[in-house]
Amino acid sequence: MTESVITCRNVSKIFGPNPAQHLVQLKADPGLSQAGYVHAVRDVNLDVRRGEMLVVMGLSGSGKSTLVRCLSRLIEITGGSVTVEGRDIATLSESELIDLRRSKMGMVFQSFGLLPHRSVLENVAFPLEMRGQDRSTRYARAREMLELVGLKGREDYFPRELSGGQQQRVGIARSLAVEPDIWFLDEPFSALDPLIRREMQDEFLRLKGMMNKTIIFITHDFDEALRLADRIAIMKDGRVEQCDTPDQIVLHPATEYVAKFTSEIDRARVVHIGSLVAPLTAPATGEPVAAYRTIRDLARQLISDPRVEIPVINDKGAVIGSVLRQTALDVLLGDAH
Amino acid sequence: MGRSERYAGTAKLLLALAVGLMLFKTVLPQGMIRPPEWLVLPFADWINAVFAFLQNDLGLMAVTRAFSDVVEWLLNVTANLLYGKSRWPNLGPIPWSVIAVTAFMAGYALKGWRLGLISGGTFVWIALMGQWKWAMETLSVIVVAAPFSVTLGLVLGVLAWRSPRFERVLNPILSIAQSLPHFAYMIPVVVFIGVGPKAGAIVTIIFSVPPMIRMTLLGLKKVPEEVIEAGKMSGATRWQLLTRARIPTARSEILIGVNQVIMQCLAMVVLASFIGMPGLGQKLLQLLQSLKIGLSVEIGVTIVLLAVTLDRLTKAWALRLPVHEAASPSWLIRNRLLVIWLALCALGFGLAHFFPYFLEVERKQALSVAGPIDALMDQVIRLITPVTLWLRWFLITWVLIPMRDAYLWLPFTAVLLLLAAVGWAIGGLRSALICVAYFGLIAASGWWDRAMITVYMVCISVVIAAILGIPLAIWGARTPIRAGRILLVCDTAQTFPSFIYLIPVIMLFGVNDVAVVAAVVVFAAVPMVRYTIEGLRNVPPEMIEAADMSGATRAQVLWHVRLPMALPTMLVGANQSVMFSLFMVIIAAFIGTQDLGQEMQRALSSTDVGKGLVLGFAVAFMGLMTDHLITRWSETRKRALGI
Ligand SMILES: Nc1ncnc2c1ncn2[C@@H]1O[C@H](COP(=O)(O)OP(=O)(O)OP(=O)(O)O)[C@@H](O)[C@H]1O
Ligand SMILES: [Mg+2]
Repeated sequence: MTESVITCRNVSKIFGPNPAQHLVQLKADPGLSQAGYVHAVRDVNLDVRRGEMLVVMGLSGSGKSTLVRCLSRLIEITGGSVTVEGRDIATLSESELIDLRRSKMGMVFQSFGLLPHRSVLENVAFPLEMRGQDRSTRYARAREMLELVGLKGREDYFPRELSGGQQQRVGIARSLAVEPDIWFLDEPFSALDPLIRREMQDEFLRLKGMMNKTIIFITHDFDEALRLADRIAIMKDGRVEQCDTPDQIVLHPATEYVAKFTSEIDRARVVHIGSLVAPLTAPATGEPVAAYRTIRDLARQLISDPRVEIPVINDKGAVIGSVLRQTALDVLLGDAH
Repeated sequence: MGRSERYAGTAKLLLALAVGLMLFKTVLPQGMIRPPEWLVLPFADWINAVFAFLQNDLGLMAVTRAFSDVVEWLLNVTANLLYGKSRWPNLGPIPWSVIAVTAFMAGYALKGWRLGLISGGTFVWIALMGQWKWAMETLSVIVVAAPFSVTLGLVLGVLAWRSPRFERVLNPILSIAQSLPHFAYMIPVVVFIGVGPKAGAIVTIIFSVPPMIRMTLLGLKKVPEEVIEAGKMSGATRWQLLTRARIPTARSEILIGVNQVIMQCLAMVVLASFIGMPGLGQKLLQLLQSLKIGLSVEIGVTIVLLAVTLDRLTKAWALRLPVHEAASPSWLIRNRLLVIWLALCALGFGLAHFFPYFLEVERKQALSVAGPIDALMDQVIRLITPVTLWLRWFLITWVLIPMRDAYLWLPFTAVLLLLAAVGWAIGGLRSALICVAYFGLIAASGWWDRAMITVYMVCISVVIAAILGIPLAIWGARTPIRAGRILLVCDTAQTFPSFIYLIPVIMLFGVNDVAVVAAVVVFAAVPMVRYTIEGLRNVPPEMIEAADMSGATRAQVLWHVRLPMALPTMLVGANQSVMFSLFMVIIAAFIGTQDLGQEMQRALSSTDVGKGLVLGFAVAFMGLMTDHLITRWSETRKRALGI
């Protein structure tokens, strides 16, 4: 498929007094656990493709934030390698790293990370200021960004004068000011109450639709993940248990843990009919259905449709195969056993 | 609990040994009663040798002279501007009316009308009372010294934050520096620079740096990690991160540091009159020495007003939260405060031009309340003299002299064992060793008797302060309004330079030990009251409710719930109280005591650095030992309470 923008190979991060030595000891004795050491990320292999939205999920303390901070080298990794656009970021010098962040990366933080002494406008213009852009250009750009996130008219406010949702919009505007190719979002909405959160998700989907960025999004809210993700990576105790499309995760959980994690989910709402497609055994008969529709969307039709096999078409209208009605009904109603 | 029981066992043993030594004092060899000859080390000579080396061989003299020349030049500039000393730039003096208006506008802009009136009013009072020149002499030193200290403190704070190793080296130095009495700083400065305004300015700079370092470090450490990460992701370089993210985010702490610097400067500059610094301090010293009560009260009021103004202005600045301005297209409206200020200044200059009264209030035009105050005080004193006389007699014959004799009677080995017992009871072997080490050094300094007199004065004063202060605080903590009022008084009183406290006590008791103790008691009671109230007010209400529901009486709640919960906070107060008393006892020495302070004053007048520093360290060690014990104790209490 498309090239990968970020590649992780065996990435490990250990917190503690002497992490490198601890990693070596761990190689010899994987079961080792020593006081004072936290193995926050373990042997993660991940490829993030250009333009995709990868959602990282997991319980609190599973290492999501740590992983993302490894990808942007906000923290140094203990083992393995992280490659961004073909360059191993561990080998970058300080100025190269600064360059990479100035030109390619943006990040939104869980508790916003706004500078309290700067107005909203100055906060959004901050990354541009770091690049040495002159005042009027950067303020013009910052105003544009603020308008994009719906904060026009609040330019002169200070962060403490805004609500949580508004502050997070400032964070989003700031991270977008430099037009990053890679956008990291660390639980951007979890500090917000449910109503505003919903609103922010819609806002986010709108923004996402307007641009073509590689996005890495952390959340521990499954519904949020399902609404947003192209692929989901599920983490547990620092390991990535499974990284796949939402359909595959609910249909074919790779481990016990993932199965348990997803057991409460209404699978019919997640699974697209396209992911159940099998090659045609006989020529297609009757009206086909579109691959992007979910089983829940098609529930009425599935129940009343008399056919055994239903043909499926892709978004260009070509038939890509068919789905056994029974398989689809199993997803809808749960397995027979 | 096992550990503390074991501590108690050893402590009791040590205590028994100490008591044994006291009981058998008559048969003890002389070497166990007073530090024997061989134990007393010539620290003073060593320090003098080091200083001689620094001064002559290392050529440090040239460096300090160069630095002090810069300071002197700056002092001349401010002196010219503030009170028209004829030096470059020969523009001054700025009319007092302009300065008062500026102070008013600063107060108004930072907090509002009230602060404006306080700060403007202070300068009007100073001018009208004919104290302008003295006050400006004092202020010009602060204007020069504070920026130096702030810069120095900021740089050292940043360095300490960058390098944990440097922080580890700096921390004990700061602790000692903050426990050294004011005079200990003056002696080396006199050696290197001599006496006069520039020596006063330099001693002020050195004295006021430590809190700035501490606050800078604290502020930088408190900056939230996400703010830094956001800065890094914005592509900030290290320098950009420091100057545009970390330091501005630590703004409040750093400005509180500035506030502390300025208050320390004021305290020091008043005391620097002992090394020939002209200004309010010197006037006050002269007036006090000649017992001119009315005039010294006038000066005292000025110093207090200045302290309150400087403190409130800088605190308001530090605690100001950013607020957006309603967008307005007009430059005039956006900068209206600036415009009003400029207009008022122009008015001031204009008035000063036509009416010299607004430029400078001549001595003969000055108001004075000294006459009425003297008259009033005469009345009051006549009224209460029987009481004060009796109190004086009672305290001296029944408390002070017996206590002093008792402290002096103790064999020094018994004192060391006693301290070891206390140390062991609180923190085990380590604390016991620390206590013995600090007092062992004091014994080895050869100033044992003097030190014991200082200890006795401090002990007596702190005990009296606690007896008076804690009930007051308990009463004050009953209702929030009362608590607020008392806290305000305490906060204000804490900003006064220590020197001020001597005015009323000399007024009441004259020049003697009782006056010293009274001054120290008042000075020490302030933190005690303040922290007790804070401790009591911060007891979680659910706990009190739970006790109420268990049917506890008010006294029971106080005794079993509120006081134990408040104890850790009260201990912080006690700690400050001891520190303050140590400083005050030393300062009060010029009234006439026979303790370390008096020797320090002698060292100051004979510029004996070695002796001065040895005495200074002796005082610092007493402070550090108390600090160690109280901190340890309060930590154990906190852990026991699960706070
Ligand atoms: N700076 C640090 N020093 C030591 N341990 C750390 C540090 N940062 C994180 N950890 C530990 O690493 C583990 C993973 O933390 P991380 O913040 O990545 O979790 P998370 O998945 O983001 O959790 P949450 O959903 O609560 O944000 C945790 O056990 C945490 O305690
Ligand atoms: Mg996290």
